[in-house]
Order: sequence, then structure tokens, then C-alpha cells
Amino acid sequence: MTAIDYTQEIPVVEGRPTAAQIDEVVSIPMNTKPGKIWKTLLAITSLMLLVGSVAIGYTFYYGIGMWGNNNPVGWGFDIVNFVFWVGIGHAGTLISAILFLLRQRWRTGIARFAEAMTIFAVMCAGLFPALHTGRFWLDGYLFPYPNQNHLWVNFTSPLLWDVFAVSTYFTVSLIFWYVGLMPDFASLRDRTENKLKKSIYTIFSLGWRHSTRHWQHYEKIYVILAGFATPLVLSVHTIVSFDFAVSVIPGWHTTIFPPYFVAGAVFSGFAMVQNVLIFVRQAFNLKHIITLNHLEKMNQVMIVVGMIVGYAYSMEFFIAWYSGNDFEMFTFINRALGPYAWAYWIMITCNVVSPQFFWFKKLRRSIPFMFIIGVFVNIGMWFERFVIIVTSLARDFLPSSWGMYTPTIYDFGVLIFSFGLFFTLLLLFVKTLPVVSISEVKASVTGAQPSHKGGH
Amino acid sequence: MEERKIFSVAALFDTADDIMRAAKEATAAGYTKYDVNIPYPVHGLEKVMKLKPSLLGLITFVIGLGGVTFAVLFMSWVTNVDYPLVIGGKPFFSWPAFVPVAFEVTVLSASVGTVVAMIALFFKFPHNSHPLHETNYIKKVSSDKFGINIVAVDPIFDETKIKEFFTKLGGKEIETIYEEPMPKDIKMFDKRFISVLVMVAFVTPGATYLVLNKLLYMQPFSWMSEQDKGLPQSKSEVFSDGFTMRPPVEGTVARGFIPYEYKGLKDSAVINLSNPLPYSKVVIAKGKTKFDTYCSPCHGYFGKGDTRLHDQFPKPPTLHSDKVRNWSDGNIYHVITNGQNIMPSYEKQINRDDRWAIVHYIRVLQRSQNAKDSDLTNSK
Repeated sequence: MTAIDYTQEIPVVEGRPTAAQIDEVVSIPMNTKPGKIWKTLLAITSLMLLVGSVAIGYTFYYGIGMWGNNNPVGWGFDIVNFVFWVGIGHAGTLISAILFLLRQRWRTGIARFAEAMTIFAVMCAGLFPALHTGRFWLDGYLFPYPNQNHLWVNFTSPLLWDVFAVSTYFTVSLIFWYVGLMPDFASLRDRTENKLKKSIYTIFSLGWRHSTRHWQHYEKIYVILAGFATPLVLSVHTIVSFDFAVSVIPGWHTTIFPPYFVAGAVFSGFAMVQNVLIFVRQAFNLKHIITLNHLEKMNQVMIVVGMIVGYAYSMEFFIAWYSGNDFEMFTFINRALGPYAWAYWIMITCNVVSPQFFWFKKLRRSIPFMFIIGVFVNIGMWFERFVIIVTSLARDFLPSSWGMYTPTIYDFGVLIFSFGLFFTLLLLFVKTLPVVSISEVKASVTGAQPSHKGGH
Repeated sequence: MEERKIFSVAALFDTADDIMRAAKEATAAGYTKYDVNIPYPVHGLEKVMKLKPSLLGLITFVIGLGGVTFAVLFMSWVTNVDYPLVIGGKPFFSWPAFVPVAFEVTVLSASVGTVVAMIALFFKFPHNSHPLHETNYIKKVSSDKFGINIVAVDPIFDETKIKEFFTKLGGKEIETIYEEPMPKDIKMFDKRFISVLVMVAFVTPGATYLVLNKLLYMQPFSWMSEQDKGLPQSKSEVFSDGFTMRPPVEGTVARGFIPYEYKGLKDSAVINLSNPLPYSKVVIAKGKTKFDTYCSPCHGYFGKGDTRLHDQFPKPPTLHSDKVRNWSDGNIYHVITNGQNIMPSYEKQINRDDRWAIVHYIRVLQRSQNAKDSDLTNSK
């Protein structure tokens, strides 16, 4: 948030809304009764939650034998969905931290929303490994604490690194989000007439007074947190990829995994943020704050990371051939031509081919078109994880130990639950909290900063 | 009504430029204890107000350093000292594997620590009873106005002078903000407070007790320990005799089991059998183990017939009688294998070699209980 523009940038916020207008437009969703569309959507997502709860209930009561996981495919939908949701989460931190450090001012309008998505996506992600342990009421043992068994966790296991990475990621994202919300809670506190809302906002604002003495520390901590969140977000998906790369399974045991996973995560995350933002700006009349320029920039990021992902796919094939390792070569040929070839080609079509349309400016700025591509990318990225996990496990070294994987209705149920959870939380978020950062948007409106005529 | 204490005098301005000028003038006029309240951070103000740079970075550094040190030391202690375990044939101190966790702990501790430090130490939050709250001034600066307020603790504070000063600068809605008097009727033994305290005191241990002692032993939480399988020594609903443990099927021989050929033929056993095992320390130790397990409950640890069964089973005679001492090894073996009077056969429980080892051990016991004087000198 530099005061001086070094280049002729497109204004972050269209028009020149006054600070009071920004307050007004952001707090409309919180001050009006929910409309029909919102209620319908909430009904759908709650239904998904309900249906999914039945699947989780069965899993809870009868155990994970209800799922399609088998021997040799011990990781099925559970881990596919885990990696998928962690990936979705990465866009939020990328937008709020990395783009902040890179002084990309266009992030202002979408940062809050993307951060919220990160938190909800990581919650969905955490659900799967937690369920996958089987007796998930004993998941407390995942953390090293002096327990009655006098046992510690295995600090050299990638699965344990995952526990640390995902829980740290969730905690840091949450406090990052909260720190950003604090001044907004104060603004809402001073606006609202409703007594109950006022006491809630008062509690969460902690007594924020918009003091310059506080803003000074506040801006400092924003840089510090962004500085921490940036390596953190890279480390999280790196560590997720270690779950695979540290093993010896052909197709997993590769050094390309960490950057490849991070790029994939950003890819799917941006697609999800773009999809949801299209609805939010439409529904809440935020078209001048979340502008078409924002969406176009997101699509540009998607071409870049989409090409990195495409490069990783081809490089995997090349290294498989170049390594001269029979098992490695077989694995990749099996991916493209074997029993799961359909999944592989869905992945290639959605992830490599579909974003190429964004080279055309007209398509990049067409809302219906970009929405479809975003959905495609998410489907493709889900299948990427499916391909990596299932094809490698289904056909490893010994043909005698090969086996196919078929998900059961309960696998789909838990997947539906995670989508229900994500969108329910998102819907509740847009109705209860400011979807864009009020103070940041006020600061980025043209003319908000001193012109240095009367200043120093 | 008593005189209310003045907290500060405040004024509002419309633009960032105006507030910048106001702050500059205030500094120039010699005010030090004043604050500027603005809806978003305006750059350059901290310089005009002559604020010291934030020390938060230092706090982050210290906490982060503490976090990484703790993580590395803790993991080293766990893997090297408290519970050394060879994992994948790697050394106990395999530091590359500690990097991810050490990194995450550093980030977690530094981020959480800095935010807590900022809120609690730098801001002294939560502070919802500050005099500025609930004033027209704070409501305006929360939205779109830029406010400045000079606090009464300033050494050159003078209400009227400051008001003039603000008017001259073009400030609007100039007002005096008063401190709220402290409520005097806060009581320790407030009914509501006590009832919440009592509720917490009952609910916390009650919930803990229910979860740890009841819930975790209910289905399906207990399904790993409650399995549909027959345990040894338990009652069976399946078999007509009610035993879970089954005898071998009639006419079959288990692998490695050699049937006893002198069943019921004591005289033949006495003539034909002799102990095949050497009289060695290992064999005697084995015999002791087996004797202590299978024989001692009735015969006693020293074979004196001092049963530990408290009349639940008749007391056997001592093994140190002249009669038993004069028995051949084969005779003792026969009694163990075949049973005698009310003593059942131990053929199924104790294998052949162990039975012979027990025979040796019984000889040791007999010798020990009937030691001669010559044994003492010999043992020198």
C-alpha cells in the first residue's frame, strides 16, 4: 500500500465512492434481511451438509470400512479430497500475503473474501485426514503432548509434518484474517443501531479506536504476517507433497512434487475464488469494488499457473523416460493409457487445454465464459489428485498386488459434506461479516491519501 | 452530580490533507499527548506526529527465535533422550527431518506471539470502556472523517485555547470529551457472578468425567476393545459345555505333540522311562519356571504341599516324603503326564521336554530340603 503510484495503474476502485458510501455498500448484506436467492442457496448447501452427515455418521458408527479404500489403494477419496481442499485454500493466502508483499494493489477488493475461503477450505481439508484415521475421537494423539502412554509422535514422518503444517496454516490464516477484520468490526460497531449486533461487534473489535498510534503497529504487523504467511503457504503444499514424494511408490517418488503441487494449489484456488466472486459481486452490488479488472487479473494468473502445471505434467513423463526406471516408465504410460486413462484425460483437458482460452482478451473478460473455465479447472484439479493417488497405488511394482479402486456411496457422501460445509460457511460469512476490507478499500480509493500539498 | 473529568478536546476534518496539516500544526504548537483517529492509515502521519518506529519486528524476532530453539531442542530430546527409536535405520538425531516441524513451530509461535503482543501490550486491548467510545467523534472517524484529539494529560492542555486552535485550523464539530466515572457498585458476591462461578465449577468436572469415563466406553468408541471373539477362561454361549477353550478333537494329535504311550501303565513307565535331559543349569532354570507356573499353585514353591488355593482344592502331600524321594524319575514323569488320584494330567499344558525339566527341578528341591552336612563342605 504505497502512497505513490509509480505507474499509471487502473484505479483499484471504480468511480470515486466516498468513505461513507463504501461503509454503506459493504454493510448492506449485514443490515438487510436475507433474500430469496440466499435462502435457496442456504437450503441447498444445508441439504448437502445433511446428506453428507449421514455418510459421516455411517463412517463414524461402522468405521472406514464403509469407504472404497482397499489394499493396495489405501488412500482414496479421503486423501484426494484433502489435497484438493488444501489447494483451494492456497489462493487466499497468495492473494492476501504474496500479492500484498508484491504491492499488487488490485488485491484489496478480493483479499478478505479469499482469506475467508482459505479458512473454510482448510477446515474442509482437515476433515478428511481426521476421518481417515479411523477412530477420530482419538485424533488428539496426533499432537505431541505428554500423554499417559509416555509416547511421542514420530517427528521424522511426513504425515506428522502435515499435522503441523495444516494446523499452523489454519491458525495463522485465522489470525491474519482477524487482524484485518479488527478495524472493520470497529466501523460496524459505530454504525449499527441494533443492540445485539453492537455488542457482538464491540467484543470482536476489542475497543479499536482507529488511532494513528495503533495504525502504525497495525501496518507493521500486516507486513510481518504477510512475510510469514508467504513461506508458510509454500511450505504447506510442499509438505503435503512430501506425503507422496518421501515414499518409494513409482509416480510419487519425484523431486518435482513440491513446486508442482504449489502451482496446482494456486491454480485450483484461483479458479474457486474467481467462481465465487462472480456470484458475490453480482448478488451484493459490489461491481465497482470487485471489478472486471480484478477478475481479468485472476484469469491471467490462472494462465500462468496452468502452464506451470502443464509443464509439470510433461516433465514427469520426460523424467520417467530419462530415468530409465522401468516402474517409473510403466506408471506414466499406465496413467495415460491404463484403466484410469479417462481420469488422466479429463485432467489434461481441464487443466492444460481449457485455460488456454484466456489468451483471448474477449474471453478473459466474459463472465459466463470465465465461470465455466473456472469450474473446469476445479474439476481438472480434483482429477489431478485422483490420478496421482489412485493410479500409482493401483498398479505399483508387483502385478500380483495390483487392484482397482471403486469409491462407495459413502465416499461421495463425505465429499458432498465438504462442499456443503464450505458453501454454508461462505454463505453465512457473506451475510455476517464485511466481504471486502472496508479500511483497505477506503485507503485505495483515488484521492484517499494526502496529495502532499499541505503535508511534509 | 459531581464534576466530570475532561478526557480530551476533539475536532473533525474532512480530508487526509486537512488532518495532515492539523497534526503538523499541533506538533508545532508543542502538543505531545494528542492522537489522530482516522478510518484508514494515512501515510506520512506517523512522521508528522513524531512517533517512534514500531518495535513489533523485534518482538517477532525474539519469539520466533525462541520457537525454533524450543522446537529443535524438544524434538532432539524426544528422539535421543526420552524415547529413542530407530526409524528407517536413520540416526536418532536426523536433523533434516526436523526442518519442517521446526519451521512450522517458528511461524506459529512468532505470528501468534506478535499478534497477542500487539493487542495486549501495544494496544492494551480489549479496552471497550475508553472515554472516546460512544462519542459522536468516534462514530464519525469510524466512517469518513479524520479526527484529532488533544488529551488532558498534555502538559500545556487548556480547553478553551485548544478549541480556539482547532477553530482556526478549520476543524468541525469541536467537542470536549469527558471521562466516564467508574461504576462504584461492583461487588465480589454478586448473585450472577457467583452463580456463573458455581456453574463452571460443576459443569467442567462433570463434562470431563462423562467424556473420559463414560462416553469413551460407549459404542462405537469402544469397538476396538469389545470384539466378538472368545477369550481364554471365559464363558461361551456357543458350546454346550459352556467353555470357550476347547479340548483337541477326539482322535487327533496336534503338531509336535507326542502321545504318551504309558497312559495308565505306571509300572511300565517306571521300568522304561529315564530322564533324557542333561542335568544342567539351563534345564533346571526351565524346570523352575514351569514348576512355578503349573505345579506351585497346589504343591507350593518348594514342593511342601503348602497350597495357595485356600481350600478350593484339596491339599496335596509333600514332595519331600521318603516315598517320593525314592521314586524313579520315570515315576514322577508318569504322575505329571498321567495324573494321579485327584491330580489331573498335565500332558496338554506342558510339553514333554518341559515335563522332564520339571522332574529335574523337583530333584533339586528335594535335595535342597534334605541337605546333608557334607553338602555344605562340598559346596565350598
